[in-house]
Amino acid sequence: MSTIILNGTAQVVPERTTVVDLVTQAAGRPIGPDGHALDGSRLGMAVAVDAVVVPRGRWHRTPVVSGQNIEIITAVQGG
Amino acid sequence: MATTAHPDSLVLEGVEFTSRLIMGTGGLSSLHTLEQALLASGTQLTTVALRRYAPGQGDTLFSLLQRHGIRILPNTAGCYTARDALLTAELGREALETDWVKLEVIADEDTLLPDVVELLDATEKLVNRGFKVFAYTSDDPAVARRLEDFGAAAVMPLGSPIGTGLGILNPHNIELIASRAGIPVVLDAGIGTASDASFAMELGCDAVLLASAVTRAQNPVAMATAMRHAVIAGRLAVGAGRIPARRHAAASSPMTGLIDVQVSADSPRGDWAQIGEKR
Repeated sequence: MSTIILNGTAQVVPERTTVVDLVTQAAGRPIGPDGHALDGSRLGMAVAVDAVVVPRGRWHRTPVVSGQNIEIITAVQGG
Repeated sequence: MATTAHPDSLVLEGVEFTSRLIMGTGGLSSLHTLEQALLASGTQLTTVALRRYAPGQGDTLFSLLQRHGIRILPNTAGCYTARDALLTAELGREALETDWVKLEVIADEDTLLPDVVELLDATEKLVNRGFKVFAYTSDDPAVARRLEDFGAAAVMPLGSPIGTGLGILNPHNIELIASRAGIPVVLDAGIGTASDASFAMELGCDAVLLASAVTRAQNPVAMATAMRHAVIAGRLAVGAGRIPARRHAAASSPMTGLIDVQVSADSPRGDWAQIGEKR
């Protein structure tokens, strides 16, 4: 098991978890290897691991490592 | 005779907009009211902020904007340094699949005024990374020029601090920025009511960006409608060519052919009886 910080909260995830697993869990929708939702809708989400953006095409092959700080962001209301 | 209310379009980075009103989406707790206000405003471009994903939260705003074909302009609100702004911009590009960014780097929480040193630094770096930078800046014409030199897609000077509704505090500077800019100028922040939006357009701005004036109005939908018309009115007025201001009155009615009014001793103030009426 690995302990990561996901959106500011410590979370324990199984070994071999990748970024796409975290995004799938958050979005509640299956996501393909290209980082797009399988239902064709746009996700509107992005991921940074230790303050570096991980492009959606690399989500499925980016393993989550213990101690990493992971941010999943989306659009919210704002000026 | 032209009947269209939009005789000309706003072109930003090669994309044409018939509306010159850019809307922010912050300040309303009801997404339904926001939707109605956005539709009433006629906007085709709106800003969004980027924050941590919370299930059932951001998804709806994103899908709402998509549903209505409103283009999204992610901002970097809440960033105090160029470094923060760069990461936020990269996240926005990845999440929303656009290289447009409203670059906002603020100096402190109390004034929310732009930190132009960080702003210029971030603009240069983002342009180099292929972003189209819509730079929220102070009303300083020298800074506006620097932003343009650094490759900004548009300069967006404030009328007054964010959320104050104080209107345009330095119209001379805004007019100077607009008259010298070779890129679109968007008046951003400080709009309080419709006349402020018209005034911005009359000063030569290409568009107006506002949020609080609508979202915090007692009736956001009605104010959105007012803003829509205000921006159109201001733009039309610029094209129409206003009269020069002058110190003394100039009659618009002819001063020749005036009737000759005899003042009678009985009624020196003109309060005479009608014909046939007894006094």
